Amino acid sequence: MLSGARALPVLGSNDITEWSVIMFKVQKLIKVLKFVFGMREMALVLVLLVIGVIMTSISPVFLSYLNLRAILMALSVEAPIAAGMVILLISGGLDLSVGSTLAFAGVAAGLSLNAGLPAPVSILVGLLAALGVGLVNGLLVAKVGINPFITTLGMMTIVRGLLLVLAGGRAVLNLPRSFTVIGQGTLFGVQYPIYVMLIMVIVGDILMRNSRFFRQNYYIGGNEKAARLTGINVNLMKIFNFCLTAFLAGVAGLLITARFGSASVTVGSGLELKVITAAIIGGASLSGGEGSVFGAFLGALLMAVIANALNLMGVDVFWQTLVTGVILITAVVIDQVNERRKRGQQ
Amino acid sequence: MEIILDARNISKSFPGVLAVDNISLKLCKGEILALIGENGAGKSTLINVLGGVQKPDRAQIILNGQSVTFSSSDQAIRAGISVVFQELSLVDGLSIAENIFANRQPIGMLNKINWRQLYQQTQEFLEKFNLELNPRTLVKNLTMGQKQILEILKATSTSPKVLILDEPTSALTEREIKCLFENIRMLRKQGMSFIYITHKLSEVFQIADRVMVMRDGKKSGNERVNNVSENDLISMMVGRKIKNLYGIRGSAFSETETVLRVVGLNRKNVFEDVNLELRKGEILGFAGLIGAGRTEVGRAIVGVDPKDSGHIYLDGKEVHINNSKDAIIHKIAYLTEDRKKDGLFEGMALSNNIIAPSIENYTSVIGFLDRKRINRYVESSVLEFGITTTSIMKKVLYLSGGNQQKVLVAMWMSIQPRVIIFDDPTRGVDVGSKADIYQILKDSASRGVGIIMISSELPELIGVCDRILAFHHGRIMGEVLHKDFSEERIMALVAGIVNAERSQSTSSAR
Repeated sequence: MLSGARALPVLGSNDITEWSVIMFKVQKLIKVLKFVFGMREMALVLVLLVIGVIMTSISPVFLSYLNLRAILMALSVEAPIAAGMVILLISGGLDLSVGSTLAFAGVAAGLSLNAGLPAPVSILVGLLAALGVGLVNGLLVAKVGINPFITTLGMMTIVRGLLLVLAGGRAVLNLPRSFTVIGQGTLFGVQYPIYVMLIMVIVGDILMRNSRFFRQNYYIGGNEKAARLTGINVNLMKIFNFCLTAFLAGVAGLLITARFGSASVTVGSGLELKVITAAIIGGASLSGGEGSVFGAFLGALLMAVIANALNLMGVDVFWQTLVTGVILITAVVIDQVNERRKRGQQ
Repeated sequence: MEIILDARNISKSFPGVLAVDNISLKLCKGEILALIGENGAGKSTLINVLGGVQKPDRAQIILNGQSVTFSSSDQAIRAGISVVFQELSLVDGLSIAENIFANRQPIGMLNKINWRQLYQQTQEFLEKFNLELNPRTLVKNLTMGQKQILEILKATSTSPKVLILDEPTSALTEREIKCLFENIRMLRKQGMSFIYITHKLSEVFQIADRVMVMRDGKKSGNERVNNVSENDLISMMVGRKIKNLYGIRGSAFSETETVLRVVGLNRKNVFEDVNLELRKGEILGFAGLIGAGRTEVGRAIVGVDPKDSGHIYLDGKEVHINNSKDAIIHKIAYLTEDRKKDGLFEGMALSNNIIAPSIENYTSVIGFLDRKRINRYVESSVLEFGITTTSIMKKVLYLSGGNQQKVLVAMWMSIQPRVIIFDDPTRGVDVGSKADIYQILKDSASRGVGIIMISSELPELIGVCDRILAFHHGRIMGEVLHKDFSEERIMALVAGIVNAERSQSTSSAR
């Protein structure tokens, strides 16, 4: 193309020259567009826009302020945990105990409140409880060398059992207003948990894209041995990642407890799979080295929007479960097909 | 010459073995030292110690006049010794730039990576090595050869004083090897010193100034390259004289009946119009570069890879082979080039591996395995093929490369093949085992088995084959008969240069 553009003026036709320059620019634009839409995030944004347009024409309620707020509120539990989970997945890890950790933080804070501790201290207790779970996960994986799947599978039931014992199998009720405000209070008509979620996701995405410290995770997940050889403290990073994910699960646990005014002992069961699903729809892979926080957020958003859309259309709730699985497998199949096509081109 | 690295009395033992036994080596500025030795001779352990990956029991390392000790590879890199290991250490999902500057990206405030500076530095770096690559390209979109070269670039990006390369050319094409050697020579001129580990002896003479040979953890030779011959090196490596590396043919090959005939084999964009005949007792070589279609033709014959059209005749009768099972029924054995991935059940016992393709012969009517007969058979084939192992129940994983390859041979000999297609028979195999494998092939041929040997190493093709077909871009470019064997002629055909001799040699063959 370049040589063509250079050769043409010799022919003495300015029109053709200009035309070829335009063609060159168009080709470049197509290349850029291909690159941009080749990214998982853009594909998801497109899908979300399409669903949005369809839903707006079907149901006037969809775009209403209250409905959008409800979608985001539903997201505010999963999205921050998905941000942590995707970081774990990128580094080649996995955490199945996030659901239990979430409940554990809520129960720990609830029990502290009922014992008469002030709200800030109780919040701290809840967060420390969650961090404790993360630390145990991290130490077992990094120092003892147990596979993350098995470690966190074990911790999932251990922590759930522990909190059932602590709470005597019942929800912790009658939490004071000084605590519930963090889940129920609003700023400019939007609940606090939505702000917390947005901040966590945005900060998390920026860090994973631009901070050298957080980008170490891509090297660890891509090739752990090589990561060690380049001087990355792999064990430390693993422990850090488990603690971070558990911390985020703890934050979500406190917010949901505050929102409902009671600490449920069953809340969050099954959450781990939802969160992993979101991360994978968002471009992460179980073998590590790939994915982004924004992608995981979009994955969670897509599931929430579809659930909401099905609700508005009056589709039976049970269908939503089925649809989630279909989306997951569709996303992974598209990945595989793309990958194969690329390999075929080489 | 100024001595840059002076390593004295390095010893390192593992439970049960003394892997490196009191080795000393000196390296001058700008010198290239080739390090050779059979698998298990201790080369890897030695470079792991020099590169800070393993802690030695005893060692004194003086780098640039200063005594140093390393407790991690990071420290070694900082002191000026970088190692490029055989396995790639790249992350597929990241860009070329982030791979080269892994965990050393330039950063500004708050740990934020300065992307512009990163890409610019990478661009300058790539230009220095005459590589036309975009720093933003993801590594997963590169070819194997480009990745290998990137790996070496990554190691040089810390400007080491000593760069250790562990078999860097094993996955490269001729052209990429040439490019690599040019870059090594350029770096040498700038004062970088190299330790170059290789299994290809010809490379020692092409690139190195001095060669050090290791055997059983000890130094068995240290010579200037000009003063030694290839045979000297082999003797030093093996510790015994190998008279005939390529084996001895029991009876000379004479024209007999055809066992395998392939007519008009095609696969779109892979190979085209492949016709060939393999005679009983003949060893036929497939020469060609990686990607020339030689491997794919071999795999299409045994039905592992697809073909679009073509006929295969066995003893004059047409056969339809659509998968390995068909091939086994017709007694055609295919020995893969990648034994780890496609060939062996690494985590299983040696005996289970050897009987895998012929397991039906050892099964009773109700489907139970006859352990006694299996053990008897396996023990006899361990002896026959000279596999060194403490037990037939040992996991293949724990055998040396040479022994693993012999297990692969024993495995396929168990179907009593009439035709053997052997892809890259000596990849990652030590010289002693190489000689054994060549001899096994020649013995089988003497018993009337037709053998197709696929290889990119010309000396081995010339040493073992009776006739060679040269592949280029998916076509057979020409045929070279035993009496006409020369590296130049085969190289020319492989490179796609057709000359008048082609029609001449083909007509004399038919």
